[in-house]
Amino acid sequence: MTRLHLDWTRCDGHGGCAELLPDLLTLDPWGYPLLRGTGPGADRDAEVPRGTESAVRHAARACPRAALRLLDGTA
Amino acid sequence: MTAPTLDPATPSATTTGTGVRLLGATPDGPVPLLDLAALLAVVEQAGLTGRGGAGFPTARKVRAVAAAAGRRRRPVVVGNAMEGEPLSRKDAALLGLAPGLVLDGLDVVAHALGTRDRLLAVGPEVDDRAVRAAASARSIAVRRLPGGFVAGQESAVVAALGGRPGVPRDPAVRVGERGLDGRPTLVLNAETLAHVALVARHGAAAYRAAAPQLLTISGTGGAIRHPGVLEVPRGTPLVEVIRRAGGDPTTCGPVLLGGYHGTWLAPSQLGIPVGDPRTGAGVVHVLDATTCPVRATADIARWLADQSARQCGPCVNGLPHLAATLGHLADAHPDPRLEAEVARVAALVDGRGACAHPDGTVRMVRSAWSAFGDHVRAHLAGHCPTPTSTPHPSGATR
Repeated sequence: MTRLHLDWTRCDGHGGCAELLPDLLTLDPWGYPLLRGTGPGADRDAEVPRGTESAVRHAARACPRAALRLLDGTA
Repeated sequence: MTAPTLDPATPSATTTGTGVRLLGATPDGPVPLLDLAALLAVVEQAGLTGRGGAGFPTARKVRAVAAAAGRRRRPVVVGNAMEGEPLSRKDAALLGLAPGLVLDGLDVVAHALGTRDRLLAVGPEVDDRAVRAAASARSIAVRRLPGGFVAGQESAVVAALGGRPGVPRDPAVRVGERGLDGRPTLVLNAETLAHVALVARHGAAAYRAAAPQLLTISGTGGAIRHPGVLEVPRGTPLVEVIRRAGGDPTTCGPVLLGGYHGTWLAPSQLGIPVGDPRTGAGVVHVLDATTCPVRATADIARWLADQSARQCGPCVNGLPHLAATLGHLADAHPDPRLEAEVARVAALVDGRGACAHPDGTVRMVRSAWSAFGDHVRAHLAGHCPTPTSTPHPSGATR
């Protein structure tokens, strides 16, 4: 399982990720990415849904702060 | 803004005379050093969990660092006496009265992990004179680091020890894996280390029978006549702790358990025992009947918002907004929308940061509704039921 990881210390709220991954992310009122369909406390990591891996990889490469990363799901 | 008056120099230890004491007399002879398997076994049997607030099982933490170190990487062991929690004085009390016990804990853990590299990080408010003298004899480095509420978070401590700003880092890579100088780093709270020393010296059974724990008790407006650090057996009900510290649990107001990231309790909930997970780092803060608990919540939230490391967007933006909304609520603006606004912003910050600062702040705020919901609803309707409201001395001078 691959996970989508948001490094909050790097994210500056550019918002490109939410544009590239509209099914996965939206933006909060301050412009920071908000994972769709997750409960409170689930916003550090999320499972990458099957079939979206290459789109997530693309969004991670496009993040100007390298705040969005894919991690192996063992941790 | 003044700190609660506490006197860590006059602790009152109430555990029985088994010698399994945190603030007791200096033990005889050197602490027994155990190999890794023996230490893990005895710490696990003792049921020891971290006393810094998070309550993580200590054996699991040690095991993770041992696994990360393997045969090739030498780990570092760090004692954490940053005591960034404004209502806590227990680490300072330990370092003042039983520095040898904390250093014994460092020695035991380092020996089991096959390293000599031991450091003790102390916060700016902690008197380190006694421990410095004892540490230099054992070649343990004592490092005084800049303070602040989040500076005691383990990755922040490791960053500061490495000469960088003492702020939490992204948790994708744990310090147990890659910490100080890139080495596997075990960070244990000072009280946790003292417990490790007791477990190594007395064994799990004797330790569990005594089950000592440190608490820092304080209050507003004379609610606690003898504030300070208490040593009590786990399982002692909070009502008894409050009585021992010169408080009256039948007339007091709400109690904040666990510190600024803790949980508000109604006076009717004070039967819960010390050792309950909500005990956190052992803070018991008792409001008197003339302190408005909504105002206290707003003041603490304001202070916590100011303590943000200013790295993570939701924390930087959300906590000040949450605090301001609580401020309006404390002012008893008759505005029923404030309740929904608190809930909305709380949900927006919860879990959305590199460290647990937003999560802990939200936990404290939400607990206000369960501990004194009627009082909150009176504020929403435009009036405060507290007779003669005195300002809450929140936040500390740090």
